[in-house]
Amino acid sequence: MTSASAPTLEVRDLRTYFFTKGGVARAVDGVGFSVGRGKVLGLVGESGSGKTVTGFSILGLVDEPGRVVGGEILYHGENLVTASPDRMRALRGANIAMIFQDPMMTLNPVLRIDTQMIEAVQAHGRVSDDEARQRARDALGQVGIPSPDERLRSYPHQFSGGMRQRVAIAIALLNKPDLIVADEPTTALDVTIQGQILFEVQKLCEETGTALIWITHDLSVVAGLADEICVMYAGRVVEQGSVDAVLDRPMHPYTHGLIGSVPSRNRRGRPLSQIPGMTPSLLSLPEGCAFSARCPRVGEACGSVPDISVPEPGRELRCHYPLQETAS
Amino acid sequence: MTVAQENLEIVPRGADDAAKFEGVQTPFRRFLSDFCESKLAVLGFVVIVAITLVAIFAPVLAPTDPYDLATVSVLDGRLGPGEAMMSGVTAHLGTDGAGRDMVSAMIYGLRISLGVGIGSGVIAMLIGISVGLFSAYAGGRIDSVLMRVVDIQLSFPAILVALILLVTLGKGVDKTIIALVFVQWAYYARTIRGTALVERRREYIESAVCLGLSERRIIFRHLLPNCIAPMIVVGTMQVAHAISLEATLSFLGLGMPQTEPSLGRLISNGFEYIMSGKYWISVYPGIALLVTIVSINLVGDRLRDVLNPRLQK
Repeated sequence: MTSASAPTLEVRDLRTYFFTKGGVARAVDGVGFSVGRGKVLGLVGESGSGKTVTGFSILGLVDEPGRVVGGEILYHGENLVTASPDRMRALRGANIAMIFQDPMMTLNPVLRIDTQMIEAVQAHGRVSDDEARQRARDALGQVGIPSPDERLRSYPHQFSGGMRQRVAIAIALLNKPDLIVADEPTTALDVTIQGQILFEVQKLCEETGTALIWITHDLSVVAGLADEICVMYAGRVVEQGSVDAVLDRPMHPYTHGLIGSVPSRNRRGRPLSQIPGMTPSLLSLPEGCAFSARCPRVGEACGSVPDISVPEPGRELRCHYPLQETAS
Repeated sequence: MTVAQENLEIVPRGADDAAKFEGVQTPFRRFLSDFCESKLAVLGFVVIVAITLVAIFAPVLAPTDPYDLATVSVLDGRLGPGEAMMSGVTAHLGTDGAGRDMVSAMIYGLRISLGVGIGSGVIAMLIGISVGLFSAYAGGRIDSVLMRVVDIQLSFPAILVALILLVTLGKGVDKTIIALVFVQWAYYARTIRGTALVERRREYIESAVCLGLSERRIIFRHLLPNCIAPMIVVGTMQVAHAISLEATLSFLGLGMPQTEPSLGRLISNGFEYIMSGKYWISVYPGIALLVTIVSINLVGDRLRDVLNPRLQK
């Protein structure tokens, strides 16, 4: 984390709880991170770890019965948690954009692409139809869609899945946002298409200085794309730091387990290591460290929630018995 | 950059394929060809178009003007089919008790029946769509209150509510339409609410919110068009229902006044003579009513089959 320039987004101790009939689900419980200009932050975790809710909280899209109950989301110093709905609406789409997981569902099936793109431009400022169309065309070109003029007149069902996700990304880029929250945008796509889109996104971030939060469960995507990584477990960030450091020398047993469960060529024939058990229900988290029930290194201290420690500069950890504690 | 160039090589082929499909497989064309698979539905549609044209051009097509009391003579009353009236015009389907030519009376009656049916259907649909969409989008307590109102409305028999309203309001086209709108809007509201609740959860609505579009725009440009298919089906069925309800009310002596007889009123006019062998006054308007409603229902059934993804093979 460079302190030279102020980060685009800084999340401090964010808490988003869901008040359900069965009890309070602490989907996000004290999450903190920051993303700088042109940087990519990978938010990694299993299903139900709170990564998507974190993304939704940033955009102010948490639905009932959920609520952001604490913490700050500072966007260029402005706290989004306390921002008015009108202010949030002005920011959404213009300064902060979101890309969703399923490209089949994010485009309105009954409207043509140009209609959807032009209205997205015109929702934020008076822009003539021609100029808006021109910007839509440019955005389609930017994400590598050939003959954008023709494609603008098409309906979503005339696109393939990869093309649709490109359109969705183009729509996110329309108003040149400086922060994009991408919620598993390539999970539903082929590996080849995924590669192309990752390349485009990476290039765009470098060129335009857009900060990107990439939510995913796929470590290999994060390894290739992100600068920083946040590993989430049961609503908390358990480990964060630069991608190289975290993936090469994981300190939290959970991160270690995650990396171990990615199949790799070197270990062919040997059984994959796996993390036993499954993500605990957010309504009945174990006392203390949420990972303790599945952790191979569990010890006495794990009955209490570990505090954030800084084992080395630029790195944060929540574990009583980290790996390589004294090594290196 | 090199990868970008590769992309250009890879993707255009897909674009070509899509372009080929363009023009052939638009959703509307697919819908049209699906619809035309049923001969019966096409027949129904043709009949509806014919009936509508007849209703629109009634003043041109009708041999006489049944509303012009100066030309209608009681002396022509109850002439049999094919007999000539005093004015020299042949009454092909006979005349009614007041001496009106049945062909003309039926053409004008059809005009009123269709007008009242479609008019009340459209108004009820607009009200129902507004209430239902608002209810679905607002959610929570507003939704519960509105839907309980709909429940209460639907728990009364339509005919009873319409009867009570017409007894209070009196006769006339406008009053009949008001009564029919009142008993119909709840069907539309409930149907569109159900669809809108499903569509609202879709990601494209979420992404529209993410684009910072205004609520009004999201409701009318994004939510509404995606809920329209079931509305078409319910609308068709409800128009048929409205026509038959209006006929029932007129038959019972409410609804349309004697001077502007709808098909239902014509049937009831002839009812007193039907036992004395003068069948035509009731039977021919009855057939006209039957054909109209059956055609609309045939089309409605087919629309439901085509537009409901769950029933598709």
